[in-house]
Amino acid sequence: MTTQADDELWSAIGDPSRRRVLDLLVSHGEVSASWLAGRVPFSRQAVSKHLVVLERARLISRRKQGREVLYQVEADRLDQAARAMAELATQWDRRLDAIKRLAEAAHAESKQRSPS
Amino acid sequence: MPDLMIDRDVLIEAPVEVVWRTITDPDQMSQWFADRVELVVEPGAHGYMEFGDQGGPVVVETVDPPTRFSFRWNHPRGEEPVTGNSMLVEFTLTPEGDERTRLRVVESGHELLARPEAEKQRYADEHRGGWGEYLDRLASVLAKRDPG
Repeated sequence: MTTQADDELWSAIGDPSRRRVLDLLVSHGEVSASWLAGRVPFSRQAVSKHLVVLERARLISRRKQGREVLYQVEADRLDQAARAMAELATQWDRRLDAIKRLAEAAHAESKQRSPS
Repeated sequence: MPDLMIDRDVLIEAPVEVVWRTITDPDQMSQWFADRVELVVEPGAHGYMEFGDQGGPVVVETVDPPTRFSFRWNHPRGEEPVTGNSMLVEFTLTPEGDERTRLRVVESGHELLARPEAEKQRYADEHRGGWGEYLDRLASVLAKRDPG
């Protein structure tokens, strides 16, 4: 089961437009919303909405510089997300191993009971 | 599936019917999955899974014995799980001979499933490896970036 924080993280990166924004922030460092809006195929309002979601998931942070607001990626959080993803895969591997053991044991048992 | 998040599989030395029972019988599910499983394996059935002190509702989506079983979970409390607010867990069982089964699990999520094919294709081209690889790539770009 994932936590509430994870849910926000997965839904934040689950959207292709938000990944586009995230990509731009990763490759360009600190930038403003209008700079981003000039480089994506969606509206300035959409950019603002995506930034809000990414910020809530703590994948990005913002600071004020003069009259401008600049956004940047939170590297630690992104690392954490990559690790969480790997952990989720490991979790499924453990479950599949357990299924394998159970099914193979059940099969071996039924073969013993009724040898064909 | 370009939008997959997690995709794993295992080869099991047992016939497909045995594997099917192992993954769909609630008593057996509690041995490999959650600590407590309350579930009727019927399409649309609502159930509950408990993991230690955490737990959450699940909703069965596909029951196609003995090859396909899927459910949705991780949707916001009080909401019906649909594409866009939940994770879909899909099991696919493929017989390999009489006594072997390939079991594959895909956990995927969110908006993509509802998007038009063209967009899915574009996304597939951009992110062939799925989200895990995407995140790895972003993290490594960040690590390389000059901190100045």
